[in-house]
Amino acid sequence: MADYLLSIMTFFPLLGILVLLFIPRDNGGLLKGFTLAVSLITFAISLPLAFDNVFTTSGGMHYREFYEWINIGNFFQMNYNLGVDGISLWLVMLTTFITPITILSTWNAVDKNVKGFMAMLLLLETGMLGAFISLDLFLFYIFWELMLIPMYFLIGIWGGKNRIYAAVKFFIYTAVGSLLMLVAIIFVYYFAVQSGVPMNGFGIEELYKLDLPYNAQFWLFLAFGFSFAIKVPMFPLHTWLPDAHTEAPTAGSVILAAVLLKMGTYGYIRFAMPMFPEALPTFIPFLAFLSVVGIIYGSLVAMMQDDIKKLVAYSSVAHLGFVMLGIFALNMQGFAGGMIQMINHGISTGALFLIVGFLYERRHTRLITEFGGVATKMPIFATIFMIITFSSIGLPGTNGFVGEFLALMGAFHSSLRWYAVFATSGVILAAIYMLWVYQRVMFGKVTNPENEKLKDLSLREIVIMLPLLLFVFWIGIYPNTFFSKMNPAMEQMLEHMGQGKVAVVEMHQPTDAGSHAPVKKHGHN
Amino acid sequence: MENLVQEAIQNVNMQAIMPSLVLCVFGMVLLMVSVFSKRGNTTHVAWLSIAALVITGFVTLSGWNNPQGGFADSVLFDNFATFFSMICIIAAGLTILMSDDYLKREGSPVGEYYPLILFTTAGAMWMASGTDLMTIFLGLEVLSISLYVLAGFFRDQTRSNEAGLKYFFLGAFSTGFLLYGVALLYGVTGTTKIQGIAAYVQANPDSAMNTMFIAGGLLLLVGFLFKIAAAPFHMWTPDVYQGAPTPITAFMSAGPKAAAFAALMRVTIVGLDGLQSELTSLFWVLAVLTMTVGNFIALSQKDLKRMLAYSSISHAGYAMVGLVAWNAVGLSAILFYMLVYTFMNMGAFAVLVLIGKKGEDNLTLDGVAGLGYKKPILGIALTIFLFSLMGLPPTAGFTAKFYIFAGAIKAGYIWLAVLGVLNSAVSLYYYLRIMVQMYFKDPEEDFAWVKINVPTAISIAISVVGVLYLGIVPGAVMNLAKLAGF
Repeated sequence: MADYLLSIMTFFPLLGILVLLFIPRDNGGLLKGFTLAVSLITFAISLPLAFDNVFTTSGGMHYREFYEWINIGNFFQMNYNLGVDGISLWLVMLTTFITPITILSTWNAVDKNVKGFMAMLLLLETGMLGAFISLDLFLFYIFWELMLIPMYFLIGIWGGKNRIYAAVKFFIYTAVGSLLMLVAIIFVYYFAVQSGVPMNGFGIEELYKLDLPYNAQFWLFLAFGFSFAIKVPMFPLHTWLPDAHTEAPTAGSVILAAVLLKMGTYGYIRFAMPMFPEALPTFIPFLAFLSVVGIIYGSLVAMMQDDIKKLVAYSSVAHLGFVMLGIFALNMQGFAGGMIQMINHGISTGALFLIVGFLYERRHTRLITEFGGVATKMPIFATIFMIITFSSIGLPGTNGFVGEFLALMGAFHSSLRWYAVFATSGVILAAIYMLWVYQRVMFGKVTNPENEKLKDLSLREIVIMLPLLLFVFWIGIYPNTFFSKMNPAMEQMLEHMGQGKVAVVEMHQPTDAGSHAPVKKHGHN
Repeated sequence: MENLVQEAIQNVNMQAIMPSLVLCVFGMVLLMVSVFSKRGNTTHVAWLSIAALVITGFVTLSGWNNPQGGFADSVLFDNFATFFSMICIIAAGLTILMSDDYLKREGSPVGEYYPLILFTTAGAMWMASGTDLMTIFLGLEVLSISLYVLAGFFRDQTRSNEAGLKYFFLGAFSTGFLLYGVALLYGVTGTTKIQGIAAYVQANPDSAMNTMFIAGGLLLLVGFLFKIAAAPFHMWTPDVYQGAPTPITAFMSAGPKAAAFAALMRVTIVGLDGLQSELTSLFWVLAVLTMTVGNFIALSQKDLKRMLAYSSISHAGYAMVGLVAWNAVGLSAILFYMLVYTFMNMGAFAVLVLIGKKGEDNLTLDGVAGLGYKKPILGIALTIFLFSLMGLPPTAGFTAKFYIFAGAIKAGYIWLAVLGVLNSAVSLYYYLRIMVQMYFKDPEEDFAWVKINVPTAISIAISVVGVLYLGIVPGAVMNLAKLAGF
């Protein structure tokens, strides 16, 4: 089974859809239960990856699968080329982990056309998993676009009042970026073929070895980077995100925040940066600047929101700014910080959207002013919300601290020192807007009589939150579990990018890769 | 004397025209059959036409990798012709499948309808296999005249009359242009054979400066561009597409368009190869103009048939990108694109055929509100076709666009590819509008009048399978297109 693990994992949800079609449409409970089972089995299938120690010793691709897919002789060739390394490993795990949670969260929230909803969630899971493990650009593009369709319907059918506007905006924004990337993909392929590099379909490992002229790298990085920047989203391409998040149903928001946004950052790490390393130094100051603007702007706008969901959405813009800044530091700390912050954001922002969902299901409003004093009525909820708030702010002991600290540290030790200084203000701003919203919603006296009847979390809701809380502390206290499997792959990636003219920070060669958290490795300028 | 006769006899190669011959014979027999049938009962004619098409399909395919020329080099049934003929046969088959119930609903079940489609297909085959401008003209006329009748088939409907008349007048003019172009070219080169023209261009590198040659060539192109509905010769399309019977609209957008592309390709790639640089810059402009005009006007359409008409203009623009590329990838991409377009566009029209009421006044954006809930299977089918028209994976629309743009990029036309994908981005909006209505709006109607009949369902099913097959495992057919290209 290990030989086909990735394929089975990716297409199992799709298989689930086929069975789903034969379940009667009015049996909502069965539909939900079945989908939950499918997603749990998918998670179980992916579990061996998390426990495989091969990632701690080797940074290359594992669990490879390779078949020729389309071969048109001298025209072009595409392969079904899969693999997973330390960089994609935890993103894959995050995807399979968060999907059952979102499905469980829809138990009471979705009762309109349940079958379609569940099918879309499963289709989305296939798309996300496929995108993370594709090693062929063409295959990646297919999965990348495939994610668009279910998300579009999730927002458009099950969304809020302005759902149509939000869905169409989301779709067109993301598609415009991908279409330009498609031109770049074809161009880089033919360039590689014509320059005589032995190509293996659109295989990225071959493309890594390509020595493109700077001019071509510049434009290609622009095309890839633009597409990924929309997905991240980076300021000023972020405007689709608040709309999409606010209008999407809770499950859609959770997946969007937890996994879909990571596609953008993952795209930078896997494709844009290693494929065009010579163009990278040109863009880094610019992209780092936009990241910092995103951090500060996102935080400031989040502060002014009166809708909790919008607030969380804007906080995403800020959090992803930290991820990008860490990655662009191009040193081990920054990279590790950015990577772990991707997972953290998936957990804590996913959890925040679930929390907003709990409130919304009870009161059918998300306006902060409608609440107040909720803590007295919902003590368990208050505790969980508190922990997640801390995690989002980045309090030591929680996962957010590890990620933000490392990302900022990495940036500080690189050429991005001053960017890091300004970005740090985002940490303070985050504390302000998160604690302020917590205070306004949870503390004080119950002023709104509607809130008198609030019920605390049900068992199902607690079960949803517990795994997330577990990882908040696990990553916060012992991040080595995760770093040890990421490090070899990250080192390899940084080393590769260093082959270009990138001023990569000098790194101490790890003696026993994986046994140290990158915190202990000193990088300096 | 004896030698001359012998040569003429040897030149007759029935195999080179066998597929179209079979179709014509069947068409004439079916004309008689429909004369002797009871009025209003045409179902058996429809099924017999399908049988004729299946047989023709096998005859056509038997010529694969076995090029047959003849009639003093005026016909060459090679792989290229085979591929395009198959596209036209598939288009005709899908049309006939969705027609029978439609004609009964609209109240004009007349048997002549089906033989006319067969004649159109035969004409399309001559266009695809003609290596002499006269043969191509002959094919074009057979195709056009049948289509004029089909477009105006509902003689008691004003819109259908308008469509027929408009198509006829403008079409007659364009054929006149084409014929005049042929005459001028003959005046310059002394031949109507495509190979002969190619030889002339080869021998006279300055023919690009010869006014009469240029005038002849341009007039010839106008004739083809009109049939393709490329801007600025697209004006007839919306009215004709909207007014014609819906299955005929579907057919026109796929079969005859593919045939016109075939003739255009053979004339330019083989005959005018010496003028490649001039022609590519011309096609560059035309391609961009065509897709932009089509997409931007489609944005504001409320009538679905009109919207798909403008969308079909823009798709002609995408296909022309392959002509600009002028390389093996781009040219065979056109073949693949036309096949894919046949499936996705005809599938979409087949769904429209089903959900239209008599008179089809409800085929507007508002008219499909909530369709996805009331008729989920039709909704999913239309959704697949629309995603394919957008060019989104995993549908054939994506692989076809990929193929086309790969050709352009390989030839170095990066900006053309960029303009092409930006155009696709524009097109997303109007295709999404249909889906917004289908799924995001609450149903206003119960769609109780929608009766799913078996033949139309078959044509939708074939189209769905085609779109998904060519989208997920396109390799085999892409290779065929490669073998059929020049």
